[in-house]
Amino acid sequence: MTPHMLTRSLDRGATIFLAIVAACGILIPLSNLLLPAGSFLQVPTYLVALWGKYVCYAILALSIDLIWGYCGILSLGHGAFFALGGYAMGMYLMRQIGTRGVYGNPILPDFMVFLNYSKLPWYWHGFDMFWFAALMVLFVPGLLAFCFGWLAFRSRVTGVYLSIITQAMTYALLLAFFRNDFGFGGNNGLTDFKDILGFNVQAEGTRAALFALSCLALILSFLICRSVVSSKLGKVLIAIRDAESRSRFLGYRVESYKLFVFTLSACMAGVAGALYVPQVGIINPSEFAPGNSIEAVIWVAVGGRGTLVGAALGAVVVNYAKTFFTSGMLAPYWLFMLGALFILVTLLLPKGIVGTFNAWWDQAKEKRAAATSASAAAEDGVTEPKMAE
Amino acid sequence: MPANLSARLCSFALSLFLIAFALPAFAGPFEDAVAKFANDDYSDTEEAIGVVASSGNTLAFPIISALQDGRLMADSDSKKVYVTGADGKSIDAATGQPVASVPDSASAVRLNNRLRRSVDAALGSLTLQSPDLGTRLQAAQSVFKSHEETALEAVDGALAKETNKSVKTALGEARAAILLFKPDATEVDKLEAVATLKARGDQEAMALLTGMGDQPASVTKAAASAISSIQGSLAVWSTVQNAWYGLSLGSVLLLAAIGLAITFGVMGVINMAHGEMVMIGAYTTFVVQEVIRTRYPGLFDYSLLIAVPLAFLVAGGIGVLIERSIIRFLYGRPLETLLATWGLSLVLQQAVRTMFGPTNREVGNPSWMSGAFELGQITITYNRLWILCFTLAVFVILLAMLRYTALGLEMRAVTQNRRMAASMGIATSRVDALTFGLGSGIAGIAGVALSQIDNVSPNLGQSYIIDSFMVVVFGGVGNLWGTLVGAFTLGIANKFLEPVAGAVLGKIAILVLIILFIQKRPRGLFALKGRAVEA
Repeated sequence: MTPHMLTRSLDRGATIFLAIVAACGILIPLSNLLLPAGSFLQVPTYLVALWGKYVCYAILALSIDLIWGYCGILSLGHGAFFALGGYAMGMYLMRQIGTRGVYGNPILPDFMVFLNYSKLPWYWHGFDMFWFAALMVLFVPGLLAFCFGWLAFRSRVTGVYLSIITQAMTYALLLAFFRNDFGFGGNNGLTDFKDILGFNVQAEGTRAALFALSCLALILSFLICRSVVSSKLGKVLIAIRDAESRSRFLGYRVESYKLFVFTLSACMAGVAGALYVPQVGIINPSEFAPGNSIEAVIWVAVGGRGTLVGAALGAVVVNYAKTFFTSGMLAPYWLFMLGALFILVTLLLPKGIVGTFNAWWDQAKEKRAAATSASAAAEDGVTEPKMAE
Repeated sequence: MPANLSARLCSFALSLFLIAFALPAFAGPFEDAVAKFANDDYSDTEEAIGVVASSGNTLAFPIISALQDGRLMADSDSKKVYVTGADGKSIDAATGQPVASVPDSASAVRLNNRLRRSVDAALGSLTLQSPDLGTRLQAAQSVFKSHEETALEAVDGALAKETNKSVKTALGEARAAILLFKPDATEVDKLEAVATLKARGDQEAMALLTGMGDQPASVTKAAASAISSIQGSLAVWSTVQNAWYGLSLGSVLLLAAIGLAITFGVMGVINMAHGEMVMIGAYTTFVVQEVIRTRYPGLFDYSLLIAVPLAFLVAGGIGVLIERSIIRFLYGRPLETLLATWGLSLVLQQAVRTMFGPTNREVGNPSWMSGAFELGQITITYNRLWILCFTLAVFVILLAMLRYTALGLEMRAVTQNRRMAASMGIATSRVDALTFGLGSGIAGIAGVALSQIDNVSPNLGQSYIIDSFMVVVFGGVGNLWGTLVGAFTLGIANKFLEPVAGAVLGKIAILVLIILFIQKRPRGLFALKGRAVEA
């Protein structure tokens, strides 16, 4: 990517967004670590972890916006890629526990000892090395998305059909991961982590570093998405979104474009999941629940579909609201609010917060431009011809 | 048998005394036997059980059943034996006279495993001649299971008197089971016994045949052939049973999906709140039953008949309301509709949770829906059977409605080509509202049926929504026959996979198969052909 491409692809909103994320990624960890605990400006550790979670959600939202906002693929199963990335990271963290588990087995994680495993299942090998786990974080969701997309897009499964079978996919994975003999801890999932790369996951420094890393991942994901959608490839994606048959007739291999962007998006979701797990300390099959994936879609809708910045913003806003409402007296009303959010946003705010703001901004700019040109024209003493009504 | 006769006569005289004079009885063989319970000796107890069981005394049954339950108290000093009832009142076991209290020195007569078997057999033979048909049948079956040699005489006696055909068969099978295990039975008897068990042909008969131990060569050979024949018939029956379970599951899926198929087919709208319409129907049933329970308890058996039209109206009304207030603004944006209806489902679930509480509510089965009957080797429950019939009835009515009514004609026209239908003067928005109402109403009556076999909780709809989608996607859109075939195929496939792969893996396999199937036929089994589907 040349610098020229970067500047071309960044408008003012994107620059502000990147600046804010970068500032948060630097200032929040510094404030948490350097300022004395309890002081006015110090960010408490629990908030660092909470905001770290939001940032991971923002990456997931970006990945959904990339396919839904720019290619018209509504995936109701993106939570599955998120959870798979999370499981890959969780497996690494489980292997790092070593002899510190309840049963003290150097190789087998606690749940395997409990379930009478005699040796490590083959798919757990290699997860004691970080580089391998990190590779799997990208590879497993990517492979699933590639196979799934290859089958689905090639046979032209589109629209609500695609949405429904992505939902079926995550539902099938949910059922599978709930099984004890599937080898991923069943109902309880993977938890009780100790170290990541030799650092204690509970320590303040590690949490701050993970937060900074999440922000960095968000920035990188954003830049990747921006460069994809503003390239020629992105134009074809938008064409597919708006008129799939026409793009095909024009000679584009629609399924290849879709497959590429779907796989890329799944890898991003996997990274989000992998950063999420060490910060919340657990990964279990409920992450595969179809409801989670649909909720992630509504973050994008709230923030503004097809704007990227909006997706990340929507994820943070909706999750902040969720934390705020579910922790207080209003907890029983949260589902009412979430439901109403789904309905009202689709009915009244189809472009989302950022989309609506952009439309308003453009309108205002046009008006201003018209006013300037009108006043310039008046100064020149030329009267504009009246438009026929 | 003179000994038996004298015992009978004796006990007859005894009961006469008891009833007419209520005098203390003189010592006879029965009383002697009862007194033996007080010896605290296993072989004496066994002898006592034999004598008491064959005495024909009316006290025999209470004594033996008390012995089984540990309620037979014996005082080893006075040699007196007492039966304490569950209500705390006690009688003297030898005379039947009520006693004020059992002395403290008395303790429960002890049993060991061998004795417990004779107690079971004795109880079985005691009830073999009960006037009640059900008791006799049960007794014959319990003798069949215990196949104690001591019961042979009682079985023979009962067999001679029995007139009912099914009890007679059961007694014959019990006799065969005893003879098979009786070491000194003749070879002919044993061969006959094997034949009888082969005719019974179920799991229990096979267990007896495989566990019969050393036998003459001819009997072993006959048993081996009987076992293989039973295995064959069991395999057939298990297939029949899986098919029945599959049909039953298919009917539930069809009921849940049929409304979805209508709204999706006509309007291209995926209604994620469809499951909640099912839930509303179930809660309507609950409310109807509550009102009936508190006001008109006599009407309970009619509660479902009342609930069906009510649930249709309630869910249908809510459906029309949803269509008018939300969905009509989202036409042409199917993905947004999906999200909005998902939000709606959250709201409806939470509303029901607030009104009725998050826990399961009790919905009862009317008398005509409870119970089961046997068909060959499988058990068919009435509620499943009724639901299957009800589903098919709903399907036929719906099919007729689409075929023969004006609304049906309009709905079909709109499904096939919305714009053309509109140009022909069909008020498409009215058709949309009514279609959505109809689909929701059918979901409501599905809820009435599902309340009979599932927990009525705010999450009821959630458990059906993905399965219903699978049915619709698999069957294809715009054709009710597709939904029918889809539902029953998925139901039966699921139930045949379950014994092989387990419930969860079976379900996963079905989901994967559907995902693969969609690749082959992206528009389902019975897809509409032509340009309309591309729109």
